[in-house]
Amino acid sequence: MTSISGRSALEILWAGIWYVVLSIFAVTLALPLVWLISTSLKTGGQTFLMPPKWIPDPFVWSNYAEAFKAVAFHEYFWNTIRIVFFATTGTLLTASLAAYAFARLRFPLRGPLFLLVLSTIMLPSIVTLIPTFIVFRTLGWIDTFLPLIVPLWFGGGAFNIFLFRQFFMTIPLELDEAARIDGASNFRIYWTVILPLSKPVLATIAVFAFIHNWNDFFEPLIYLQSPENWTMAIGLRGFRGLYSTEWNQMMAASTAMILPLLILFFFAQRYFVSGIQMSGLAGR
Amino acid sequence: MDSPGINPVKEKKGRGLLWSETRDGFLFILPWMFGFLIFTAGPMLASLYISLTRWEIVTPSVWVGGAQYVKLFSDDRFWLSLYNTSYYVFIGVPLHLLMALLAALAVNMNLRGIHYFRTAYYVPSLTPVVANSILWVWIFHPSWGLANAFLEWIGLEGLYWLQDPRLAKPALIIMSFWSIGGQMVILLAGLKGIPIPLYEAAAIDGANWWGRFWRITLPLLTPALFFNLIIAIIGAFQIFTQAYIMTEGGPNYSTLFYLLYLFRAAFENFRMGYASAMAWVLFIIVLLFTIIQFMLSDRWVFYEGDLRR
Repeated sequence: MTSISGRSALEILWAGIWYVVLSIFAVTLALPLVWLISTSLKTGGQTFLMPPKWIPDPFVWSNYAEAFKAVAFHEYFWNTIRIVFFATTGTLLTASLAAYAFARLRFPLRGPLFLLVLSTIMLPSIVTLIPTFIVFRTLGWIDTFLPLIVPLWFGGGAFNIFLFRQFFMTIPLELDEAARIDGASNFRIYWTVILPLSKPVLATIAVFAFIHNWNDFFEPLIYLQSPENWTMAIGLRGFRGLYSTEWNQMMAASTAMILPLLILFFFAQRYFVSGIQMSGLAGR
Repeated sequence: MDSPGINPVKEKKGRGLLWSETRDGFLFILPWMFGFLIFTAGPMLASLYISLTRWEIVTPSVWVGGAQYVKLFSDDRFWLSLYNTSYYVFIGVPLHLLMALLAALAVNMNLRGIHYFRTAYYVPSLTPVVANSILWVWIFHPSWGLANAFLEWIGLEGLYWLQDPRLAKPALIIMSFWSIGGQMVILLAGLKGIPIPLYEAAAIDGANWWGRFWRITLPLLTPALFFNLIIAIIGAFQIFTQAYIMTEGGPNYSTLFYLLYLFRAAFENFRMGYASAMAWVLFIIVLLFTIIQFMLSDRWVFYEGDLRR
């Protein structure tokens, strides 16, 4: 810490004003979350008070138990986890394979093909939705997890290919070459040299795949019909349909859906930051 | 690498393409190529074809040529949904980006504990849009919501946010400000990437804070702003969940967004031809906007490479 005397009075004043401005914004942004958690712990009567009571009295923890009794959130949780697991495995494998080829191997049309990858990032998914739905329907895959998993085993999303390639480009070529001298094949170099060095990007993409699947609403809405197959997002929508006036329980259910993301964020913060910064690279 | 003689990689570079490398290259991108054909290129062509037919899934499809497009362009609901979506895109996205920029500038200061503020600004953007939507229905509740509690606290009348056709879209835009965090972090990374010597040189030349912002910060940030703008516009054209959960397109169709209307045509009324025509019209609109933005970007986006030219 630098001593106070090291700074001019003006600098200290500016810093003070800045902290006040930052804090006003922070409080404004925090209010909805505080309101959410506060409502989730109120009695039914206390939710209808104006001006609102910020600290519930008493704390009604049973709102959570009631919410979990009303709909099978634990089932939705495991459904979501299963989808995340299989979708992410496919993403990590096939996106990194393609990215390795684009970053390291020389083959005809490599440039144009990579441009094609990039251009699909900007494609609105709606234009492919209906035929894809028809195909899955014909295959009898509606109301299974397959439409949410199988496409990711075929390239894993253009943006992830881009992120992997960006990262692979930073790994020194000398490492590949050393392995090649030892007679390693391209696949062996990818598997034993490149991937072990790519743990940060693997973790980043896994974290973002988790968030994506946790939050995704549109595709599960279209493909998952029976309640026992619902994900968290669809389950929460179902809860709103059932209990549209029990605001305290609805907020408890919403908190239950947000909480795992917050926990993930605090444990994997650096992967969030690196992931967002990597995606920011696209703007360079 | 000072011994090219024993280095096979260096050696083969002079010899052009290797068969084994070509084979492995195509083998490695095979899953993606296959996926591109069956989940992107194929469905795109198929949806173009379906848009030229009348098809309700259970009945056989009938070729109708451009009739779906003719019907679409004379459908008042279609134009209304396009208007609602454009309102959200062209008012919401620039304001959202501006707020994200202000937030990024605010947390770019070198102050103690600044990372706590960064976290606080970022965390709301993590909340899933479904949970978000339910929370904000409650915040906008006319009698018991936080929004009206605030208005009454500063001495104003409460509003019927989501029940008033004039206010429903602005309410959704206000709600979107809560999740500026993702864009803020991307812009912050852009700010951190600006070389400090540039600022030092400007300070020596006597530029004040405002001058440095206009001459250095903003120009060097334009690539990140441009990228965010494109991605945000493509995303905003496809706004769906908020309207589906919060307002169901109402009141009086004021939040009937394009994707919601398309969803109802396809998955509630099973008019696959009509919905495919809508999908293609949206695709063309988004494509045109992206092309126009890339063309205009020459005028305002500044790439560091330009310095060296």
